[in-house]
Amino acid sequence: MTPISSWGRLSNNPHKLEIFKDPKSLQTSIASSPNGIAFGNGRSYGDVCLNSGSSLWLTQGLNCFISFDRLSGLLKCESGVLLKDIQDITVPEGWMLPVSPGTQLITVGGAIANDIHGKNHHVKGSFGDHVTLIKLLRTNGEEIECGPNLHPEWFAATLGGIGLTGVILEAVIQLRRVNGPWLESETIPYSNLEDFFELADSSEKKWEHTVSWVDCAAGHGSRGLFMRGNHSNNQAEPPTQKKKINISITPPISLINKLSLSPFNNAYFRLNKNKSLSRQIHYKSFFYPLDNINNWNRMYGPKGFYQHQCVIPREVGKDVINEMLSQIALAGEGSFLAVLKTFGNRKSVGMLSFPKPGVTLALDFPNNGAKTLKLLERLDAIVAQAFGRIYLAKDAHMSRSLFERGYPMHQEFLKYRDPGISSEMSRRLLGN
Amino acid sequence: MINKKKIVIVGATSAIATHCARKWLSDDAADMILIGRDYERLHRLKQDLSTRSPMSEIQILQTDLNDPTKINEVVVKTAKLGPIDIVLIAHGSLSDQQLCQVDLISCARELQINAISPVIFAEAFAKVMGEINHGTLAIISSVAGDRGRKSNYVYGAAKGLVTRYAQGLQHRFANTNVKIVLIKPGPTDTPMTSALKAQGAKLAAVEDVATRIVQGIEKDTSTIYTPAKWQIIMMIIRHLPGFIFNKMNI
Repeated sequence: MTPISSWGRLSNNPHKLEIFKDPKSLQTSIASSPNGIAFGNGRSYGDVCLNSGSSLWLTQGLNCFISFDRLSGLLKCESGVLLKDIQDITVPEGWMLPVSPGTQLITVGGAIANDIHGKNHHVKGSFGDHVTLIKLLRTNGEEIECGPNLHPEWFAATLGGIGLTGVILEAVIQLRRVNGPWLESETIPYSNLEDFFELADSSEKKWEHTVSWVDCAAGHGSRGLFMRGNHSNNQAEPPTQKKKINISITPPISLINKLSLSPFNNAYFRLNKNKSLSRQIHYKSFFYPLDNINNWNRMYGPKGFYQHQCVIPREVGKDVINEMLSQIALAGEGSFLAVLKTFGNRKSVGMLSFPKPGVTLALDFPNNGAKTLKLLERLDAIVAQAFGRIYLAKDAHMSRSLFERGYPMHQEFLKYRDPGISSEMSRRLLGN
Repeated sequence: MINKKKIVIVGATSAIATHCARKWLSDDAADMILIGRDYERLHRLKQDLSTRSPMSEIQILQTDLNDPTKINEVVVKTAKLGPIDIVLIAHGSLSDQQLCQVDLISCARELQINAISPVIFAEAFAKVMGEINHGTLAIISSVAGDRGRKSNYVYGAAKGLVTRYAQGLQHRFANTNVKIVLIKPGPTDTPMTSALKAQGAKLAAVEDVATRIVQGIEKDTSTIYTPAKWQIIMMIIRHLPGFIFNKMNI
């Protein structure tokens, strides 16, 4: 048994680790260690990848590429391959992942199981929109290949299916063409949510990537920084590699706290609002700024942190987000990595996929025990009332009723569950 | 692409060897020959490397790693394909010390795969490389070979044999164009050490270990400790007087 934490570091309970060197050894082992769950690079925040007291099937050994057609951009690889591994070889050849989240240090299996999204949801949808085939291994030994046109019901269940339909062995992903590693980006300060929505709406037609940082400490009528970017045709050489920063120890208390948050946010806002409006930026700095800081999750101290990401229907979006930000300010809890973004008007393929039309707010809170949980409950109540949903890849606290309300396909999903797979999240939200 | 390096890897599907191969091919295309005993796993690695580096030519040779006649056949076959620039001998198995103490067949098997087999491979390659007076022969030993200790002395003894053998080769090929590189990794995060990892041991990232190996081979460093800190740790361990060392639970 080995103590394992997810990225949020809220718990550190013992797990039985099963390590594999190839897909064949995985096949022979999962049958003999029931009630495990696949574990990739451990970058999901809550309990979706945890299974205290039981098995984690570590997929990091399934890290081989199978093929890459440099003419069509179709990439086939095993599920433990990191998004970084893919882009390190494909970007120099003019191909990039069409959708990637705020870190490229996640596995392909994790990207599918959580159906992750990025800053370009309004143009490219979620990760699953670009997966053409999944090879799934059930704990009874059965292998299922599925895709948008092949057993689409299995595909819809597995996409965003938080690892519960089987272990993903391989996937085929359609990459997108880029003319180089650069993006043209703009950063525009805004001073209230009306301005945010106006910026978001006016940017969506001409800009592929849009996202914004919102200053939670400012409370109602929040200010923020709106960032937008497009892939550039510039062929300039990539910058020399920045030295990685490593947070090698966990500070005894969270560095993100009541005293530090306001000055942090102030400084961040002022530094960035005066940066030149338009600039050229490397894709790694644009998409994955935190990848350069090893173990940044340790900043929140030994008790870890909660993430809260919801999506709220657009009609009520502004009022609801305002209400949530007010509640946060009222509670005196704060979020440094607060991100506000509009999703495109498209339905996700996965039964339990997170993205849906509306506006999404992502927040982080250092774990201050009951006080933090109370705030999360208040935020959850607002989400429930607005018919919103919470992102499973980040969640560690929502109630079963909020899950069922937010994910109306959950009953249908159960038909495709693998009875030999269980996780802390599945026990919390699905009962077993 | 006129002068592609010819690189031969024995035990190519081991995690450290695989990451060395990826590192080499990410720097430059090469002609690579992968030697191992499991055809399916060799094929999987070949696909991976070909995908990463389409300009490289990857061949696989499946053989019995314990039969000196077959080892010689494979090495002669490899040498016929053209002058070899780099050989990396990387296979091994982390022995279960407790099992070796009670089961002599396991003990013999572990000594065979970790000591005899790599030495026979190295001897066969030394012959063909010596004949053309060219190439770097790198052998993976282990920090465990620096001093015997109760928790893994069968493995340690096998690796100690490899270390002494490599020293002998270095002496033999001194002042020639054949370079011998002895590699001593510390505990590394690979499937071989999964039992250690499952117990919560702190292991070095295999990518970092591989990067240091590839850089060391490039510079013909005679002994590579990786991660580097193990050079100091093992110097201390080697020099500890017996009455202190024997009290330690390592």
